[in-house]
Amino acid sequence: MSALALTSASLFGLCGAALVGIGLFCILTHPELLRRLVGFNILGAGIFLVFGAVARRGAALGFGGDPVPQAMVITGIVVAFAATALAAALLRRLFDLTGRASLETGQAELRPRSEP
Amino acid sequence: MSLVFDVALAAGLVALALHVVLTRDGKGAIIAFIGFGLLLGIGWARLASVDVALTEAAIGGGLTGMLLLRTQAHLAGRGVRPAQTGHPSWRLAAAGCTIVTLGLGYVVLAFPSPAPSLAREVAGSLDATGLGNPVTAVLLAFRAIDTLLEKIVIILALIGVWSLASDPNWGGSSHLRPASVPEPLVFLARMLPPFGVVIAVYQVWVGADLPGGTFQAGTILAAMWLLVMLAGLRPAPETRAAGLRMMLAAGPALFLLIGFLGFLIAGGFLAYPEAVAKPLIVAIEVALTLSVAATLGLLVAGPPDKEPAR
Repeated sequence: MSALALTSASLFGLCGAALVGIGLFCILTHPELLRRLVGFNILGAGIFLVFGAVARRGAALGFGGDPVPQAMVITGIVVAFAATALAAALLRRLFDLTGRASLETGQAELRPRSEP
Repeated sequence: MSLVFDVALAAGLVALALHVVLTRDGKGAIIAFIGFGLLLGIGWARLASVDVALTEAAIGGGLTGMLLLRTQAHLAGRGVRPAQTGHPSWRLAAAGCTIVTLGLGYVVLAFPSPAPSLAREVAGSLDATGLGNPVTAVLLAFRAIDTLLEKIVIILALIGVWSLASDPNWGGSSHLRPASVPEPLVFLARMLPPFGVVIAVYQVWVGADLPGGTFQAGTILAAMWLLVMLAGLRPAPETRAAGLRMMLAAGPALFLLIGFLGFLIAGGFLAYPEAVAKPLIVAIEVALTLSVAATLGLLVAGPPDKEPAR
């Protein structure tokens, strides 16, 4: 594999590392739960990208990359989507029941809706 | 030259991610995230992982983006106040996250050389499966157990989403059609699905030998279905309908059945006899595509919010 491809793999790996940090920061500090969910997806994208760098470095025998990590990333993307959908549904339910879209304490409850 | 492009792409990804975290505009953040997903898809193509690029663009950007936009509209439509910003301990969190990033960056730069790779093993066994796409071979033959469990995970997630419906709505349908449907949306919902179905069928078929496959095709089908439901051309199905539930379960059920048949005909769980490996894999892919499309579409549609018709 050429040195350029190696550099490019490392570059996306570093980009993935940065995304992990950014996503983690969002999850830890953002007051809105929906934005934390977006942060969770950015964190996941970063981890996948680091794994993608591993796959790219494993290129051999005419394959552009090691197919095993690539397949695992595809599985990971689908599972992350399923987790996001469940979290979004939980958030909607929380909001419908309490009128809050945040876990911050001290926030006044807005328009609680009674169950029909 | 290509390195310049890659640097610009990586910088764009980091900038969009920072925008998502820092902007005060909730809807803008999600639209930025959709753009992030598409850019990331290009990044995967640059990493020579076209299968992953297709999945990322379809699921990571498109479907997740739509799900988040719907949730945001649900929250904003009822007048939720943007929460106060300025977490008291953000400096501590920023320092911790920087350390995580630096640590990961160090790991990336310290990867062993030559890189460990299973590409040789995959290439050596690829002929036995009759497939030409190594990623499909890993997904449906060498590591089929991962794919099987993943199918079960998305069904479990769907059961979780459904169970968040309020009691009277259990078994009912989701309401996707907005109060007023814009004309261009109706036009698109009439025009696009035939093309989408053709592209999806092509993706399943070509996935055996070229980039493509069940997940990508299932996502395209799910997107077409959601488009039709959003434009109000067809209502969302009642989640108690037996036909719908059969369709959700058919793919994983066939996968499991063929998996157990492996004990009889090939001497192991999820083992395929070499002579019929490819027909079996393509059959699993077709059944899985329909199940994946239905499951992903219903995951985006969310918990039922209308009572079932008596």
